[in-house]
Amino acid sequence: MSPPIDTVRLHETPEGVDLALRVAGPAPRSIAYLLDIVVRLALLLVVMPLAAFSGFGTGLILLAVFGLEWLYPVAFEVRSGATPGKRLMGLMVVHDDGTPVRLPASLIRNLLRAVDFLPMLYGVGLVSMLVDRDFRRLGDLAAGTLVVYADTPPKTPKITRVEPQAPPAGLPLEAQQAILAFAERGHAISEARRIELAEILAGTVGARGGAAVALLNAWAAWLARGAPEGRG
Amino acid sequence: MKQDAFEAAALPIWTDYRAMLDALENPRQRRAHAPALTSFPQLHRRLCSDYALARSRRYSPGLIAELEVLVRRGHRQLYRRRSAPLRSMLDFMALRFPRTLRRHSTVFWIAAALFFLPMIGMGIAVHQDADLVYSVLDAEQVADLESLYDPARHMPGRGGERQADTDVAMFGFYVMNNVGIGFRTFAGGLILGLGSLVILLINGLSIGAVAGHLTRLDYGATFWPFVSGHGPYELTAIAICGAAGLLLGQSLLAPGQRTRLAALRANARDAVILVGGAAILLVFAAVIEAFWSAGPAPTALKYGVGVLGWILVAVYLALAGRASDHAH
Repeated sequence: MSPPIDTVRLHETPEGVDLALRVAGPAPRSIAYLLDIVVRLALLLVVMPLAAFSGFGTGLILLAVFGLEWLYPVAFEVRSGATPGKRLMGLMVVHDDGTPVRLPASLIRNLLRAVDFLPMLYGVGLVSMLVDRDFRRLGDLAAGTLVVYADTPPKTPKITRVEPQAPPAGLPLEAQQAILAFAERGHAISEARRIELAEILAGTVGARGGAAVALLNAWAAWLARGAPEGRG
Repeated sequence: MKQDAFEAAALPIWTDYRAMLDALENPRQRRAHAPALTSFPQLHRRLCSDYALARSRRYSPGLIAELEVLVRRGHRQLYRRRSAPLRSMLDFMALRFPRTLRRHSTVFWIAAALFFLPMIGMGIAVHQDADLVYSVLDAEQVADLESLYDPARHMPGRGGERQADTDVAMFGFYVMNNVGIGFRTFAGGLILGLGSLVILLINGLSIGAVAGHLTRLDYGATFWPFVSGHGPYELTAIAICGAAGLLLGQSLLAPGQRTRLAALRANARDAVILVGGAAILLVFAAVIEAFWSAGPAPTALKYGVGVLGWILVAVYLALAGRASDHAH
């Protein structure tokens, strides 16, 4: 199979099925990073009152600064796969085989941030992301990690229960899939667009308007459930 | 088989699988359900085959997407990697870290040479030639340094506004500063090893210059007892961070029979173990520096602790975990 042209990367599991990993590009990752900066500053503000305890408090604040600079992403990634910023952007960090990132890989990718940041504002990291087809910065390359879109639990679309009707014989598989997808998701788009799509899909039969939509739903029911009782 | 019949037949299994996933993904339930989960791999294979069937039979895209998410969640649970390297801190420091360091002893000796040789050379040179210190440090830094270790002070090593700070504040400062330098020394290795090389050289040269300059001024009596306690751990740890960085550089410059990327990944796995161990050494050094080095103990005792420190570090790095080296 030729490599997909979109950002879906297929990872074949030992069971022989392809898992799709949707890698995230520089834009959502930058926004996630900015959100994380806000969270870090907020956390720093929370510990600031410790300064009231003079030397002891100062020591704790300096330790907090160290932790927020180096360990903040590691702690969140190992615990739940994503920092708060990434979570808000619907991203998560995984190994390149799709399994959740663990401590060694997370440490590698986050300590190497110091190089990705060079010469300023993640210049190296950005170039690396744009050159690499999986949008990996140097830290990701060394750690073998990917930043992917987390699962969005799919709404379970159901094909409307209408009287099934056989589609024209010899319909190509792609067309059958398109008809099924139309029946599952047609209700989510506007009436005019739905009719327009239905007229294209029902092109060979020449049905028009609402009739085309009804016809497609009937075909989809036939494809999914088979012929009505007593026939075929 | 039509999609509806397929779904109806498989639905009980999918429901079971979904319940099991929910339990696995929740760390608290994970433990409670452990015995019931023995059938999980088998169920996962069944789900994978259902998913593959659904795809090859061109069932509806909605059903395929639903199954794919289930398979993906299951994959994450079944192939969850155990983090052996840092799982138990004690196990890590007692065995894994010194062993990994010994496996890369060549790189370590190179890093140590790049750090200590310029340090010693610069120390001797500055001791001989008063003006040479200004080639590494500017006049203001030198003046600060001189006031810091002036024998007239009662707390050597703590200058200016920091004079009044407590040990805990200094501990926080040392951790933030020194461990940060350690991490950067490691990360710099990704620039073909040059970053680590430069940081090792610069740190070696400036530490040597400081030591030489202060000894020449006869401030050695305050400087040497101050640094003797934490020096063994801190200097060794910086060299180890440098070795970790050089390991990254080596994978890019001389990847051997692997691709550069594969070599980088393999070396990064070992390098992060070295950095982790070095970071713990640096924190230990910060404890000593903050709570012992500036303290009032007699000079002879401080030198004694320093010498003991070097012996401890050498014995630890050379011998820890050696008995079971061959078991792995």
